[in-house]
Amino acid sequence: MMTLLLAGLVWAAGWWVNARLANSATSDTPAISLAIPVLFGITLIVMWEILVRGFDVSAVILPTPTMIAARFTTSMPLLWADFEQTILKGAMTGYVFGMVAAFVVAILADRSPFLTKGILPVGAFMAALPIVGTAPIFVKWLGSDWHSKSAVVAVMVFFPILVNTVAGLKDSSAMQRDLMRTYGAGYWATLLKLRAPSAMPFVFNGLKIATTLALIGAIVAEFFGSPTVGMGFRISTSVGQLALDMVWAEIIVAALAGSAFYGAMVLIERRVTFWHPSQR
Amino acid sequence: MMRNIFPVVTVIAVILGIWTLAVIPMNAHLTADQAQRSGMEMTPEAPRDRQSVSAIKLVAQNPGIIPLTFVQKRPNLPSPHQVASELYETIFNKKITSKRSLVYHGWVTLSATLLGFVIGTTLGVLLAVGIVYNRTMDKSVMPWAITSQTIPILALAPMVIVMLGSIGIQGLLPKSVISAYLSFFPVVVGMVKGLRSPDQMQLDLLRTYSASNSQGFWKLRLPASIPYLFASLKIGISASLVGAIVGELPTGARAGFGARMLVGDQYGQPMVTWAALFAAAITAALLVAILSLIERQTLKQMGMKAA
Repeated sequence: MMTLLLAGLVWAAGWWVNARLANSATSDTPAISLAIPVLFGITLIVMWEILVRGFDVSAVILPTPTMIAARFTTSMPLLWADFEQTILKGAMTGYVFGMVAAFVVAILADRSPFLTKGILPVGAFMAALPIVGTAPIFVKWLGSDWHSKSAVVAVMVFFPILVNTVAGLKDSSAMQRDLMRTYGAGYWATLLKLRAPSAMPFVFNGLKIATTLALIGAIVAEFFGSPTVGMGFRISTSVGQLALDMVWAEIIVAALAGSAFYGAMVLIERRVTFWHPSQR
Repeated sequence: MMRNIFPVVTVIAVILGIWTLAVIPMNAHLTADQAQRSGMEMTPEAPRDRQSVSAIKLVAQNPGIIPLTFVQKRPNLPSPHQVASELYETIFNKKITSKRSLVYHGWVTLSATLLGFVIGTTLGVLLAVGIVYNRTMDKSVMPWAITSQTIPILALAPMVIVMLGSIGIQGLLPKSVISAYLSFFPVVVGMVKGLRSPDQMQLDLLRTYSASNSQGFWKLRLPASIPYLFASLKIGISASLVGAIVGELPTGARAGFGARMLVGDQYGQPMVTWAALFAAAITAALLVAILSLIERQTLKQMGMKAA
C-alpha cells in the first residue's frame, strides 16, 4: 500500500512539474524542451525502482534500474567487446556495403526510365518484407562470425536506400534540367551538380531508416549462430541464464548505439542539405 | 495499367535470372562431390583438390554438373522452381492441420501478428489523441516516441517472451506484445502528424461555426488524419509480422514461420527455411495489399488523397 502511494506521489510530482513547465511561457526554449522529456523519463525510472522494490518482484522477471546500472558499469569491458563485434564489425560494414550497392544500382537504373519504373515498386515491396529471416541462410553460407551479420545488414538496408535514392534522383524539375542543358552540361555534370544534390534529402531519409534496420539485422542474426561474443549472443544466452540485468545492460548499449548512429546521420544531413527548406 | 506492369515484370525477371545463374556456382562443389560418388568423371579428381578450385572454374571444367546443380536435395541455394514447388507442396498438398503445412504455421504467426497489430494500433491512436490535446503529454512523451524509433526494439523480443513466460503468460500473447510494440510507434507518430494536419484556416472556420472541441475532433481532425493513419498502418503491419516471427526465434517455439526457419536451419533442411521465408514474404505482401485496398476504398468514399 505504501509502495503504491509512494509511486503515485512520484508520478504526481513529476507530472505537476512537467505540466507547469509545458504550459509556461518559456516552454519552447531548447533547454526546457529537453528538460521535460528527461524529467518524464526520470519519473518513470524512479517509479519502476519503487514498484519493483516495494512489491519484491524477482530479479528474473524485472530487475531494478539500480541493478541494471550496476551491471552496466561493472561489465564495461564485456559490453564493449560485444559492441565492437556486433555494431562496429557487423552492422557498420554491412551498412556501408548495402549503401554503396544501393547507390550504384540506383545510378545505373536511373539511366533508364523503364528500369526506374520497375525498380521503385519492386524495391518498396522488398523493403516491407521480413528480410531479417534470411539470417539463417547467410549464417550457413558465410559462417557464424561477423561476415554473415554484415551480409544480412547489407541486404536489409539495401532496399530502403535504393528506393529513396531512385526517387530522389527523379526529383529535379524539368526547368532545372533544361537550365543545365543550356549550360552545355553533360550527363555526369548534371548528375554531380544538380541531380545528386537535389536527391540528398531523399537519400538521407533512406539512410536514417536504415540505421535502425542495421542494428536490428546485426543483433537478430546472432540469434541464429555467432561466436561467443556479440550483443545478440549475449542477449540470448543471458535470457537462458535468467540474468536479465545483463540483457537490460545490452539493451541500453543497443539504445545508445541506435540513437548515436541516427544522430550522426542527422548531423551529416544538416551539413549536406543545408539548403533544403526543412533545415532552415 | 499495362505500361506500369511491364517494367515491374522485367525487374522481377532480371532478379529471377540472376538467382537462377547464381545457383550453379553456389551448389557447384556440393554437386561435384555427389556426381563423382555416382560415377561421373570430375576434373580435378581428388575431392581435396576441388576445394581449392573456385566454383566458376569447377563448373567450366565439368559442364556436365550444371543441370544437376538445380535439383540438389539439400542445396546451398535452391533454384526458384524448387522453392516454388516446395511452397506449393506445403501450402496446397498438406492438410492444414498437419505440422508440415505452411498454412498451419502461417496461421500461428498471423494470429499473433493480427492480435498485436490491433492492440498496438488502438493504443497508438489513443496516445496520439492524448498528445494532440494535452500539451504536457506532447512535450514529455513525443520526444520519447521519436527516439524510440532509432532504437533496435526487436532486440527486446527474447526478454519479453521470457519475462511474460515466467509470470505464466505463454503462447499467443507474448508474441503479440512484441508485435503490438513494433506497430505502436509508427502509428503514434503518423497519427499525431495526421491529427495536426488541418491548417489554421480550417480550425478557424470551425470556430466561426462555434463548433465544440469534440465536434472539431470528429468532423475535422479525425477525418483529416485518415490518410496518415493508413500510411502508418502499412508500416505497422509489416513491422508486426517481423516482430511475431522474431518472437518465435529465441524461445524454441514449435509452430510458426520463425520456428520453421529455425527448424530448417538446425536440422539441415534448407528447403524448409526457404519455404518459410517466402511464405512469410507472401504473407507480408498480402497484408499490405489488403490494407492498400481498404485505404483506396475508404479514401475514395471520403474524397481524399493518400498522404
